[in-house]
Formats: sequence, structure tokens, C-alpha cells
Amino acid sequence: MAPKFEKAKAIEKEHVVVDGIDVSGHWNRMFEQRVITEYTPELIEKIADLPNAESFANCYQCAKCVAVCPVDVVGNYGPRKLYRYAQTGMDLTEAPELWLCTTCANCLRVCPKEVNMVKIMPAVREQAILEGKFVPAELQQAFENTAKSGNPLGQPQRKRDAWIQNAGVPIPIIKDLGRPVDVLWYVGSYPSYHPRGIDAASAAARIFTALGIDFAILGKEEKDDADSQRLAGEKGLFEMMTEYNIETFNKYEWKELVVTGPHELNAFKNVYPKYGFERPVVHYTTFLARYLDQLKPLLKHPVNKKITYHDPCYLGRHNGEYEAPRKLLEAIPGVELVEMGRNRENGYCCGGGGGGMWMDSFTAKHTTMRLSEKRAMEAASTGANVLAVACPFEVSRFEDAVKSTGNEHVGVLDILELLDKSMRGE
Amino acid sequence: MNIVVAIKHIPSIADDLPVKGNNVDFDSVDFVLNEFDEQSIEQAVLVKEAVGGTVTVVGVDVIGELDNVLHLALAKGADKAVKITGDDPAADSHQQAKWLAEAIKGLSPNIVFAGVQASNDLDGQIGPMIAAYLDMPYIGGVSSVEVSDHTATVNKEFAGGFGAKYSVSLPMVVGVQAASKPPRYAPISKVRQVAQMATIEKVAPSGGVSSGLSFKKMAPPVVTGHAEMIGGSSKEVAAKIVELLKSKGLA
Repeated sequence: MAPKFEKAKAIEKEHVVVDGIDVSGHWNRMFEQRVITEYTPELIEKIADLPNAESFANCYQCAKCVAVCPVDVVGNYGPRKLYRYAQTGMDLTEAPELWLCTTCANCLRVCPKEVNMVKIMPAVREQAILEGKFVPAELQQAFENTAKSGNPLGQPQRKRDAWIQNAGVPIPIIKDLGRPVDVLWYVGSYPSYHPRGIDAASAAARIFTALGIDFAILGKEEKDDADSQRLAGEKGLFEMMTEYNIETFNKYEWKELVVTGPHELNAFKNVYPKYGFERPVVHYTTFLARYLDQLKPLLKHPVNKKITYHDPCYLGRHNGEYEAPRKLLEAIPGVELVEMGRNRENGYCCGGGGGGMWMDSFTAKHTTMRLSEKRAMEAASTGANVLAVACPFEVSRFEDAVKSTGNEHVGVLDILELLDKSMRGE
Repeated sequence: MNIVVAIKHIPSIADDLPVKGNNVDFDSVDFVLNEFDEQSIEQAVLVKEAVGGTVTVVGVDVIGELDNVLHLALAKGADKAVKITGDDPAADSHQQAKWLAEAIKGLSPNIVFAGVQASNDLDGQIGPMIAAYLDMPYIGGVSSVEVSDHTATVNKEFAGGFGAKYSVSLPMVVGVQAASKPPRYAPISKVRQVAQMATIEKVAPSGGVSSGLSFKKMAPPVVTGHAEMIGGSSKEVAAKIVELLKSKGLA
């Protein structure tokens, strides 16, 4: 789509003669004052006036963010560019650019002015939604599914725990258990419904059982965390789900909440405290890394694979967990761990965050390739034959991406599945 | 302009339909707004935005959960919501059409929108039956509606990619296939606000009718075999199909 606004006019003159010397050329701009009157601050102020989006006005155009923006790698994007577009006439609330940011936070990591797109984007998106502006249809569907069915996939609530029948170990539902547990395991929507998510959930259940962990799940009472919907601009939906979830979590006695997904970790650990929920929450990698000594003897079967690990943005950059996943992978006999060029703090985004999970068709129209495809190629270039992940959004995203980029030889597996393979020898 | 939208709350077919006795097991299935009614609510609001008036959404509350649907419609731009306390999930299209028509009569509508069909009304009877009860003309398979004065210009879709433009005098009943724009999104904050403020008018069901049909048995379709792919040129394929039809006594 062509931008709806006009680019700033060039200020060079074709011919400039200074003191009888012809100095025509692109560098002659230094002989003339820069025209600043053709820029308007209005559209920047329109954004910066929104609560939580104030830092947008801090940008001083250094462009450090563009260098690390995952969307710019496959398109023409970045916070600095958005600022410049706004300066030259783009209303972000109406532009397709509004929906491309995945809130991966790599820009914030390098920004000297703390321009925080993780706060700006949800605020501007919320404004656009409230004003009835364009919302990508797929995203709208995910919002409606979450509101109606309690999960973005639109699957029935009463089937949320159907997966436990085939997990191979008994999985207690906390309501039926009727006693306090050490660990309340929040399974998550994709691990509950998506076929490949169910594989990871089943693996987790077998690992927890083998370690003798006293755990239970919420079963049919569990509903989506809606953190990505919040970041995509649906704060009202997030608040509705949050009220329900906090009430449900507080109905039961447990010591620690273990989550399968980094987005849930982010919601429950970083956002729920604002709504009065402050209890211990931990991602499964951090949790299992504590049990390494007990886990290692269980990992009997070698997994002879060259593995590269993809840092999920919401586990790594947003929550600082880089080592636990690697420790778990290194504990598996036979595994050779290799790193991709962009790893840890500079990990490349899979494109699923900030609502990107439900905007693939929309994003495809504005980028040269999917972020997940770029990352899949990066994984393949290491020579790895397994791309290990730790976020339930990623398995389906990367499985599609390895196929569409001709890298089917790279298997995509959750760390849970790899641990389970080593435990059971399959 | 008095605009009325007749809606249906129907069992969701997103999942396997559970069966109990001779009907759907209504207790173990989610109910959703008929997807064609989502289109017809949008079309009604678009007409209101174009020419002014009020949109009243009317539905039969078959399981006591219609309020959520009505709140959503109000958040999307409807002005009034009416629920008929039918309280019978097994009420068929004939019965629902009668109840809806009786409730709509008192609203003296200029135009009535109904989804062209529903997953439990695949032959699309609701719209035509409401029109018959109200003694109004009906036009179905509609994909856009424009109203001026006492006339509506509607696009009707036909099979094979054909369409036709009709000019119809009001009042009338329109069976909406698709709104002229995709249904808008109602932010949850707005829906929740509406849910706290809105009043939903309750109407007792009036008039009992029956389709005259009774269920003998209801069961999920049985998978018996696989599709056979017939290869070759179109003539060869056609010959094989004819042969197959003959062998099964169908031609």
C-alpha cells in the first residue's frame, strides 16, 4: 500500500553558485537553512497526548531503533520512521503501520530517549478501536473469539481440558482435587486447543509427574490471559478476562503459578499486580531449571540433534530469562546447542507478539516476508536440525515458516517436547 | 425510519453437535448469534446512519442468555433491544417466526432485516414467514441495501455469480446475505458500558404454531467411505460418472 501522505520536499537546489563558484550537488544543503515549517507537530502531539503514549514525543531521530526493529528487516518500519511519518502527515490511528509492531521491545532496549513502543502501540491502537477506525479482520475475529469463547481460537470452553485424556498421565483438576497444591499450572489457550500445543502440554504433564511435583490445572475454569489482545489495543477485553482470571486464581489454594507461555507470564507477573494480583508466577523453563539435579537422571535417552534456541521476546527481553531454557537443553544428552546470530537480548521476534499472532495475512501485505520466515531461515543457516522454542505461539508459526522457506529438514519442537523425548526415548 | 432486526440465538456448530434423544443436547452446546444476523445488524445500522431513524433488535431468548447478544448489538449502534421470553431451545423456525412477527407488529416497522438463513434454518424460512405474518413483501439473498424515502434499492445475489438490483417500496422484509460493509467491531469496554446502562424490553411469546414436523431420530452423519478421485480427460471422467450413476441405479 502506498503511503497516504506526501514525502517532505527536497531542499537542494539544482544549481548553486557561491562567490562565483558552482557548488551544485547534494551537499549544497549546508548553504541554505533547513525548512522546518513544512513539518507539523500536530500528528505527533495527537499520539503523545494519549495516556501511556507520551514518550512518542521524546524521539530525536537517532534511528538506533530502526537497526534492531524486526519489522524493518522485512519491510520499511521502526519507531523513528513512525515519528518521521507523523511529522510529514501520517495519522498513525488510520495507517496500516499501526498494526505492524509486535511489541518485541528491541527498540526500547537501545533507545537513548526511552521511547516505549510497548506502551505507545497499545494506547494508539486502543484509541483507533474506540474511534471505530480500521481494525484488521483477523484480529477482530480473535478479539470476538476471546470475548465469546474465552480463547482466541474460538474453541468451546467446555473442551478446554479435553486434551488431558490423551496425556498418558493423570492430570488433576484443582476443583475436583479439593485440597491445596504446590503448583497451579496455567496451561494456556494454544497448549489446550492447538494440536501441536497439546503435544507440549502433554509433555509438560509427563515431566511434572515424573518429577513428583504436586500440581493441578484449572481445567474448564481456565480462560485466556488476553495479554496479546491488550497489546493489540483491546484493553476492555483484557480487563474483563483479568477480573475473571484473578477471581478464579484466588478461589483455590496454591503456592506458585507455573505458566506454559511467556505472554501469560508477562500478564500475570507484570500487569496483574495493577489489578491487585501479586502472587508468585514463573515460566516453565525457570521452574524446571530449579529441578535440574532431579531432572538429569530422568533424561536417559540421547537426543542426537543440533539444536538452536529461539528466545521468545516475552520470556527474554520482557522478563529477562535467557539461561534457564539453555540449561534445560544442555541437560539433554546428545544435544549440540548452537546460537543464531541474533540471540538473547537481541533475539529476533517471531512476529506473534502484540497481536501479530492473529494478523499474519494483514502483515504479509505490508512486509516482504513473515518475521517467522526470516527467523526460520536464520535457524536453518546455523546448520541446526531442530529449532527449539519455549512459547506456545511459536511452534505453529515456525512449522509453517520452515515449510514455506524450504527448510523442512529443521524440526520445530518445544523444549518440553525435547525433554520428554529424552525421558521416554521416542 | 423504524428499522427492525430479527435475530436468532442458535447452537454453535464450531464443535461436534451433541445429540440427546431426538434433538440437539441443548445443555451441552454453546449458543451463538446466527452469523447472518451479524450481517443484518450491520446493514440495519448502516441504513440508520445513512437516513436516520431507530434500530430495534428483536430476538427469542431460547436459553436465557440473549442479553449478551443484545448488548453487543446495542454497542454496535442499535437503539432498542427486545427479547421474547420463549425459553425453549427446541422452538423451531415456524414457532420463532410467529413469535418474532407478533413482537414486531407493534413496532410498526418501515423495514425489517433478518439473516437470510441460519445453521438451524438452512432453507431460510424465518424471513419469508415473518413477511407473510406481517403481510409485507420479502426479498432474500441481499448483499446491500440503500433507502430513500419510501423505496429501498437492494442488491440480490443469484447463483453463478449473478446479481440484480431491485427497487422495492417499503415496508418490506429483507433477508440479508451480507451487509454492504463487513460488520464493525464493538470494543469490549463499550459493550460492558452498555451492559450496565441498557434496558432490555421483555415481551411474552404470543401465538403458538407448529411446522407439523416431528423428529424421529437425530444422529451425527456416519462416515462410511472415502471419496474416489476419477482421473483422465473430461470426456473420460464424464463417461465414468455416467457409468457409476447407472451402476447405482441413479440414471
